[in-house]
Amino acid sequence: MATESDSSRELTFEIFRFNPLDPGSEPRMQTYTLREEPYMTLFRALNRIREEQDPGLQFDFACRSAVCGSCGMMINGRPTLACKTLTSDLASTIRLHPLPAFKLIGDLSVDTGTWFREMGSRVEAWVHERQAFDPEAIEEPMDDDLAVAIYESDRCIECGCCVASCGVANTRGDFLAPAGMNRVARFMMDPRDGRSTGDWFEVVASDEGVFGCIGLMACQDVCPKELPLLEVYGYLRRRALGAAFVRKQR
Amino acid sequence: MDKIETTDVLVIGGGLAGERCAMEAAALGQRVTILSLVPPRRSHSCAAQGGMQAALGNCVKAAGDSTDLHFLDTVRGSDWGADQEVARIFADNAPVAVRELAHFGVPWTRVRPGRNVYHIKGQQVAIDEPAEKAGLIMHRDFGGTAKWRACYAAAGTGHAALYAIDGEVLRLGIEVRDRAEALALIHADGRCHGAVTRCLRTGQVGVILAKATVIATGGFGRIYGRYTTNATINEGTGAAIALATGVVPLGNMEAVQFHPTGLWPSGILVTEGCRGDGGYLLNREMERFMVELEPAKQELASRDVVSRHMMGQIRDGKGVDHPGGPHLWLDLRHLGEEHLTTKLREVYEICRDFLGIKPWEELIPVRPTQHYSMGGVRVNKDGEAYGMRGLYAAGEAACWDMHGFNRLGGNSLAETLVAGRIVGARVAEFAADHQIEADTGLALAFLQETELTIDAWLARTGQGPNVYDIRDAMGEIMMGKVGIFRQGDELQAAVNELRALHDSLDQAVLRCREPGANPELSFALRLKGMLRLALVAAMGALAREESRGAHSRIDFPARDDRNCLSRTLVRWGHSEDEPMFSYEPVGLLDLPPGDRGYGKASHVDMELSIEQYNDSVLTRQQEQGRLATQEPMGASLREGAWHDAEARAGLTGT
Repeated sequence: MATESDSSRELTFEIFRFNPLDPGSEPRMQTYTLREEPYMTLFRALNRIREEQDPGLQFDFACRSAVCGSCGMMINGRPTLACKTLTSDLASTIRLHPLPAFKLIGDLSVDTGTWFREMGSRVEAWVHERQAFDPEAIEEPMDDDLAVAIYESDRCIECGCCVASCGVANTRGDFLAPAGMNRVARFMMDPRDGRSTGDWFEVVASDEGVFGCIGLMACQDVCPKELPLLEVYGYLRRRALGAAFVRKQR
Repeated sequence: MDKIETTDVLVIGGGLAGERCAMEAAALGQRVTILSLVPPRRSHSCAAQGGMQAALGNCVKAAGDSTDLHFLDTVRGSDWGADQEVARIFADNAPVAVRELAHFGVPWTRVRPGRNVYHIKGQQVAIDEPAEKAGLIMHRDFGGTAKWRACYAAAGTGHAALYAIDGEVLRLGIEVRDRAEALALIHADGRCHGAVTRCLRTGQVGVILAKATVIATGGFGRIYGRYTTNATINEGTGAAIALATGVVPLGNMEAVQFHPTGLWPSGILVTEGCRGDGGYLLNREMERFMVELEPAKQELASRDVVSRHMMGQIRDGKGVDHPGGPHLWLDLRHLGEEHLTTKLREVYEICRDFLGIKPWEELIPVRPTQHYSMGGVRVNKDGEAYGMRGLYAAGEAACWDMHGFNRLGGNSLAETLVAGRIVGARVAEFAADHQIEADTGLALAFLQETELTIDAWLARTGQGPNVYDIRDAMGEIMMGKVGIFRQGDELQAAVNELRALHDSLDQAVLRCREPGANPELSFALRLKGMLRLALVAAMGALAREESRGAHSRIDFPARDDRNCLSRTLVRWGHSEDEPMFSYEPVGLLDLPPGDRGYGKASHVDMELSIEQYNDSVLTRQQEQGRLATQEPMGASLREGAWHDAEARAGLTGT
């Protein structure tokens, strides 16, 4: 394995800087250089820049293992998780911007938390159960294939990369966006949730919902968890159309 | 004055323990405010991969399991350091907590009827799961348990649990303030009134007064610097602000768990589920050393035992060389691509993203890494802090104390939910019976003290050390001298060096003075607390002259039940120079101290009889500040219920 030596690359980072709380701060790009290390991720690189060169630099990490969703950012124009991005996969000049479509907190830090909380309230992202929990009873059986399917759509980590990549979400703040659609699909397929197709119709069968998507499908390309967002849209469209049909017949 | 706000219940920490506690209090009619360093779904609970222990006994390898066996495993795992009544409350309530999560939507992996092929101790074994158990919650094998007991949602159990619980928090309309932290507890005369808070968006400080306050900030792994599986946010702020009261003791701070399989050198956790599903550990000679060293449990002995054997291999020169230090191998190749990309998908992703390897083709470099803090804010069985009415703690931040000196895998996730339910109910009762009792004068005095600390940091200039260098030095000392194997002279050196670092903090200088939260200032405000946690952990380890669970003294290799069957307590007032150590009995003994059944160890027997020991527990704990509980001590212990549990389950007792 290579150790830090003359043969390692010098990396150039061009990083978006702006502190909205500082009246003297103007949006700008700032350049930093850093010697590359073996298996260097952007978690390591950004922390070294902050600790050694610019203590005011703002960014977010928590788990640094691609499960918490804190560190979504634009890396060379593409939204992804910084913690699992190896510098060795990038050219020696690396451009970093905050995710668009979210409120900027400062530099690379954006307020994904507030966005996702509002989305969760809007789609009521919890199981609307049919009956109260009985602590004395054993669990209701569930087929493992169904459990696997629900788990698959429950894997979204709310990093916001799909929202940032979405042409509609970037221009219309009321669009549910791919992460919101996926959340709806997750509860829609869960038999423990008592909401009817008609209840869901109100949430998704509109321009703010599934019919607002213009089909660019960047969301599926950028999702760090490789969620099948294309299938999610297909599933929701079928369910929404089915619901519309049922309504008409009434 | 907008700097002072009020609520009924203030919960500090938005992970599983804090949110489950908040839910319970809110459901009982209390107005609850949660402070969280990050949006709650990004809390470290989300990183728990493998499972949640609960004795449902659903699959063939779990048949005959019972809460009694779970109790026995937990107490043995703790090396008898646990409070056995708390271990009993935990084991008895864990099945309800798991089933409640199913009700909230967690997609637990389910029993597949018919032929299933499992990897058991390196062998492929075909087992027919009966049709009548089809679709019930499945179990996997974890270290230190008599039966398969860990319930799991593929490899994302913590994520699924946290999202389900946070959904309930959303449903209940609980106020959540993310990017917010507590810097000090407001208290007077043994009563807690809330906290001084700081907004990490704006840097603004304020006060939230509450009838009851809950600390649920998780562990303090970051005092080990980069040698931890913990997230960057696990800096022990809750334990630190409790310690700073000078009244509330922290318990067993020297009891620190190292996880056998931290990815080397990044420290990212590779779940125990890998070994549960049949993964091996190999040394540089490609030998499965655990088979010889622990014939019965092999790779699935408890974490402290496996970690020590791994470090023993490394000390004997059987580690694999690496620029960051030697490591061992985790071998999952025989589990196959399909199993690794579905049942252990998160493990596969970690290998792909952080090493660039396929785990069905290549070996994974691992090494024991700091993982869990058994110690924390010492509370009684209701979760109420010693010596401080209206202050509670739950989850990893607390020393409740079901883990003693070693926690079993899958018991922490279960603890967050069991404790959250129980403590949340007690908190709600307390809040219902009390008013906000502090006056603005007290609140402003605490606020002013915090503001003065911030001003002092911002005012200091010159050539002093920087805060990140101090942090790195602390991490090296902790891993090097307060790690897996400990000895007196090294611990004494660690205490001296940490003391010097602690004192150097008064000269440390910030380089950033930008308006807003200021990341360097935010870290600096936590660093003194972290150094104090590190110091009391090192001092506690030095004073405990025995080996128990994860605390392994080379110079005192035996467990000493005659002199050390006790819990370490430490208090350190904000303005005092020295911490104060004291000891209390671990709690009522039901299962007498004995062999764990793994990890060859000797012990010095108790001098007292069990009855004599138990006679003094209540008074001696009360002397240390234990507050009255809703039910008397021992009411939930169900003494002796475990007696024939192993025979009933077809196991031979040890």
